[in-house]
Amino acid sequence: MTETPVQIFRDSEADRGFRMKWWASRVAIYGVLVFWAVICLFPIYWTATTSFKMAPNVMQGQMIPFPPAWTPEGDWAKSLFYAPKWKGWESIGLSPQTLQQESTVRAEFLKRFANSAIVALVSSTLAVVLGAMAAYGLSRFRYKFGWMKNDDILFFFLSQLILPPVVLALPFLVLYKELALLDTRIGLILLYTLSVLPIVIWIMKDQFETIPTELEEAALVDGLSIWGAFLTIIVPIALPGMVAAFILSLVLTWNEYFFAALLTSTHANTLPVMVASQTGSQGINWWSMAALSFAAILPLIVIGIVLERFIIKGMAAGAVK
Amino acid sequence: MSGNDQLHVVTSDEISDSRRRFGGLLVWGAAGLMALVALAQAAQILGWRDFGFTNWRPTLYAYCLWATALCWAQVITRGEHGKRTLFVLPAALFVISLTVFPLLFGLIIAFSSWNLSSLDGRQFNGVDNLVQMWGDAFYWNALGNMVIYVAAILVEYAIAFGLALILAGQIRARKFWRVAFLMPLMLSPVAVSWMVGKSMLEARFGPLARLARALGVDNPSFFESPWMAKLTIMVLDAWTFIPFMMIMLLAGLQAIPKELQEASKVDGATGWKSFWEITFPLMLPVSVTAILIRIIFKLKLADIVINVTSGGPGGATDTVTSFIFREYRERSNVGYGTMLAMVYLVLIVIAMTFLMKFANRLTRPRT
Repeated sequence: MTETPVQIFRDSEADRGFRMKWWASRVAIYGVLVFWAVICLFPIYWTATTSFKMAPNVMQGQMIPFPPAWTPEGDWAKSLFYAPKWKGWESIGLSPQTLQQESTVRAEFLKRFANSAIVALVSSTLAVVLGAMAAYGLSRFRYKFGWMKNDDILFFFLSQLILPPVVLALPFLVLYKELALLDTRIGLILLYTLSVLPIVIWIMKDQFETIPTELEEAALVDGLSIWGAFLTIIVPIALPGMVAAFILSLVLTWNEYFFAALLTSTHANTLPVMVASQTGSQGINWWSMAALSFAAILPLIVIGIVLERFIIKGMAAGAVK
Repeated sequence: MSGNDQLHVVTSDEISDSRRRFGGLLVWGAAGLMALVALAQAAQILGWRDFGFTNWRPTLYAYCLWATALCWAQVITRGEHGKRTLFVLPAALFVISLTVFPLLFGLIIAFSSWNLSSLDGRQFNGVDNLVQMWGDAFYWNALGNMVIYVAAILVEYAIAFGLALILAGQIRARKFWRVAFLMPLMLSPVAVSWMVGKSMLEARFGPLARLARALGVDNPSFFESPWMAKLTIMVLDAWTFIPFMMIMLLAGLQAIPKELQEASKVDGATGWKSFWEITFPLMLPVSVTAILIRIIFKLKLADIVINVTSGGPGGATDTVTSFIFREYRERSNVGYGTMLAMVYLVLIVIAMTFLMKFANRLTRPRT
């Protein structure tokens, strides 16, 4: 007696409908993801490729750099591929040929780059040091400065966020003129530190509150002073948070334009000011603007890719209480 | 003071009178020095006597010295308590000297006419600036634009929430998507204004204009009609800042206990319903924080406007900041610009106070 085995388990109609729905939702989700990734990344791709273009490529709108030797025949290939040239990078002295030679444009670019780097690094460091100390104090002790208690002091620090830069800009312009701080890096560093300090304090306060006080109590019993405990016990534990705050400050200060445009003119110009000053004058010389813009954003792209989790950690702090 | 500290420290400070006196001497000595230097400089400005100062730097140095002395004296006169004060004091001094003082100074400037490029110097002109502001249609226009720009945050919020929901769901290569979505936030707004505003949106050769033509738009122009220009600026700004809201919302989503969603699933709530009944209410506090911070950043919007449209066409895209920037660049009168900025600050403080009250009510647990 041979019976065909009865299939006992089988998808019912409802289950098959469910699976269809599951596939549809997968396709929709990945569709949205790809779509948004293109929106986010295309401008960067566009800038990077445009920096290798020449005038005809710009006008014909070819999109993909491709070695001419391998470019297939046909009109479709001509409208899609172009032969990359170093013209854009030559204009800021960073192409392979010009790298060996002296170049005034490169010197100019490197000077602005150095200005940006110094200002961003120093002000971020300063903000993290000052901010971490203040946040630690506010999370551990009760203060009373006049009528101001802890919450008031914290609010005072955080309320600086609301202050729009334009309110400070013109008074600072006049003050800096009197103090001979106009067009100096120190002047910019002070202002940038001020502008990122509230964010640092916010992130660090969150960070310190997750560290149990028993740690310091044990350290104090063992004979460390309060500052000793802070520096040797707490700071190493809170380091990831400090890195997050530092990176976030770095991003904000590297990209800052408004104060730099108002307060610097020739010596302390930062990279954004240089990019902005070239924007109008270049016309359709897109390759040189693209090279300059790309060189200006490249450091942050690298930081974004390598240190992404710190940035996310920093921004997530305080969001979740 | 130490009675209800988070961190209990038993200290026995015996501070001798001489030590206390030394600390006091330090602070007052430094303050006296600062007053002396400032007085000497003022005397030179008023033309009483020439000390050979070329700028106000000596007073600045004296101020720094006084601030250091003040911090040091805390430890000397108050011992262990002083060491605690030392955590907050430097930051507080820094912020006070860089905001409160310039703000007070700004109040003086706001009520004067002061052309930096002319030699006349500052002239007190009472409420003239206010009167001029009242009649300045461009300023009111810029304020109106700010309201529209801020309103656009709701759309940004919806998009950011959608993306955060997707990122929090079960997807492959999560890290790649997160990095890709984060990228716009890393780019400098000035570079973005060229990359997107000036080249990709360029009417003849820009890829987006080409795309628009391929889709059947005859003459794509993104900056000619006022509303189109406004919209383009909004999109550009949204592009940079959506990642910011997205990350905050994502952090909030990941903090929601999984059990809650599972429980709602067991109870038979479908996707849409479970979102509105469970996820959204739980996300309300995070949403409010994200939106408030976004509003604060939006109110500072300037870089993109300055570099892409410089306020045009006809002030349609002006923000208050970009307007004051141009006002100063064209006439280099700091008085009027400062007055405009001060009024803006007052409006912001009023608006933010109301918003925060409203936000508090919104996030209060429902009973």
